[in-house]
Amino acid sequence: MSYDYEKWIRPGKLPHIWCPGCGHGIVMKGLIRAFDTLGFKKENTCIVSGIGCASRLPGYIDCCTLHTAHGRAAAFATGVKMARPEMDVICVGGDGDGCAIGGNHFIHMCRRNIDMTYIVMNNKIYGMTGGQFSSSTPTGAKASTTPYGNPDPAFDIAKLAIGAGATFVARGTAFHATQIDKLIVEAVQHKGMSVVEILDDCPTTYGRRNKFKSVVEMMNNLKETTVPVKAAEKMTPEQLQGKVLTGVLYKEEGRSDYTTEYAKVIERAQAAKK
Amino acid sequence: MSKKVAFLQGNEAAAHGAIYAGCTFFAGYPITPSTEIAEVCSVELPKVGGKFIQMEDEIGAMSAVLGASLAGAKALTATSGPGLSLKQEIIGYGCIAEIPVVIIDIMRGGPSTGMPTGPSQSDIMAAKWGTHGDHPAICLVPASVQEIFDETVRAFNLAEKYRTPVMVMPDEIVGHMRERIVFPEPGEIPVIDRTAPSVPPEKYKPYDTSFGDIPPLAAFGSGYKFHVTGLNKMEDGFPTTKAPIVQAEEERQVRKVEANKADIMKWEEYMVDDAEIVVVAFGSTSRSARFAVNAAREQGIKAGLFRLITFWPFPEERMLEISKKVKAFITPEMNLGQCNGVVRGCIEGNAPVYGIYHVDGEPVNPEEILKKMKEVK
Amino acid sequence: MENKLPRIEIIEKYCKGCAICAEYCPTQVLEMRGFVVAVKNLEACTKCMQCELRCPDFAIKVFAE
Repeated sequence: MSYDYEKWIRPGKLPHIWCPGCGHGIVMKGLIRAFDTLGFKKENTCIVSGIGCASRLPGYIDCCTLHTAHGRAAAFATGVKMARPEMDVICVGGDGDGCAIGGNHFIHMCRRNIDMTYIVMNNKIYGMTGGQFSSSTPTGAKASTTPYGNPDPAFDIAKLAIGAGATFVARGTAFHATQIDKLIVEAVQHKGMSVVEILDDCPTTYGRRNKFKSVVEMMNNLKETTVPVKAAEKMTPEQLQGKVLTGVLYKEEGRSDYTTEYAKVIERAQAAKK
Repeated sequence: MSKKVAFLQGNEAAAHGAIYAGCTFFAGYPITPSTEIAEVCSVELPKVGGKFIQMEDEIGAMSAVLGASLAGAKALTATSGPGLSLKQEIIGYGCIAEIPVVIIDIMRGGPSTGMPTGPSQSDIMAAKWGTHGDHPAICLVPASVQEIFDETVRAFNLAEKYRTPVMVMPDEIVGHMRERIVFPEPGEIPVIDRTAPSVPPEKYKPYDTSFGDIPPLAAFGSGYKFHVTGLNKMEDGFPTTKAPIVQAEEERQVRKVEANKADIMKWEEYMVDDAEIVVVAFGSTSRSARFAVNAAREQGIKAGLFRLITFWPFPEERMLEISKKVKAFITPEMNLGQCNGVVRGCIEGNAPVYGIYHVDGEPVNPEEILKKMKEVK
Repeated sequence: MENKLPRIEIIEKYCKGCAICAEYCPTQVLEMRGFVVAVKNLEACTKCMQCELRCPDFAIKVFAE
């Protein structure tokens, strides 16, 4: 049966602004399926984003939505979550927004282990401004500001999140559509900071500069360059050369989350007052 | 029952004033000379069930208070010069998205790192023009520890009433001095909360101006769902580039403050009625100025003090009136003429405006002001 | 019921012509006509829902009861 995405889409907001073949729409569908599975209530759900193509996502979803300034989603979201710990707070955004200009907030959000989920749609480029290289553009790749090939090394966003202290980190791709909602559901159900990196495609500003002939070729590339963590266990280092792992990459149980810890601060302060 | 009296530092009074006003959320980043505000908030807020968070940077702190305010909390951040510069983009976000929040900036020397422990009054123009684009600006400039408390309460009230960020800018001297303060009883100073929507959630629009220029603000998590963006927006909160809407919305945001200036502006006139020389001053400089005015009067010089308590919006009309009957203005200030320029801008050349400027970390002392009065008499 | 054909609804005003649906359809039910997808061979549809799942533009619905 056809999936009823419309119940989470604000009336009259489609078609969305994303280019033909952009995977952000696939991720948004995954997010909606995840919200459904989780039984989220619209009034109690807050999606926070920064600036960029991916950060336009909240405008389409019918719940409390906050489209903030470039790079600041994690910090705004921290304020929302602190003020209302009972709300389900989800950050969404792109790789440049989250990990370059917003990198400081991103790592400290992970360090605090605040009970939110951050979904990074990593298309390896600044799409909205026309295709400048980002902090996750591969070395050697072409962008409008790397006409001779990118000299910068790229962030591994999942590793960054793990290193910074997130207690749940997963990676999916826009090609593996059925996996997206499953990863988001597991991330949200995890008590503590969860980061889901979705490897995405930008046919318009990345694909055409990097010899991808079509959207499908970019999608196939996501399929061919990724390996599920389970499958990787049985593969040799040679076989894993050039492959990126997908699935749940890290999960740490038992660490208290930030708003729970702050509730204890309030208890201690009030006990001291008496 | 006698009121609670304390000997407090200005920064401490700011934190207590915020809590009196109903603040339940503070996000900040350590910076001299404002840090005591964060320290006191970290102690006092959890006692009243409020939250304190030390963010990773100034931008994060500004962002977090806006997020908390949208979730219904009265929120405060505190900083000083370089921190104010860092916060500016997000202050602009608060202006366009119309989010009540209070920013306390304890003014120190600048630009850049400048003189972290030296007093200054050089952030005054940054309070109005620091963030890009046109936007409403409210800036309060208390001159005593008691006034820091009172004006912090008023700042929250104005932020909530006009749905906009409000700045409180004591200079370092006022922020760090210790004075006697009388705590008002609960309810003694009225505390204003933002207007909640009167319509049910399905009819709510976050920028609905059908009841006036200040749209009611619902809280995330209170049963209402809506969209907030830093893009120019329509009444339903969604972005637009339609010229007439963008023009009207920007004008409305500025009008919220301009049309309500009488309610927001606050100043004190000390011996201004018959004055030939009027000193226009604020913060610690106004304390030196009062001293100088008293000394001048003893020496037969008809001097007066116009003490700004609200700096923005600036009392342009009153300044113009006064300018018609005085021989000169003097603006003593710890900057290179920021207030001087504003006074000149509103008096249509009716009187000369002399400046006494310190950017050396030294306060303007009364003798300097008296000397200038004698020069211009 | 087994062989009842599904109904494939294409919302043309949403379709941006990326061709993901047509390319990944395992039985070539769909084809591109200019910049919009169209149903070419409904009989071949196995109701796998891949097209609906992968469409980034919310432009395809497969009703299969």
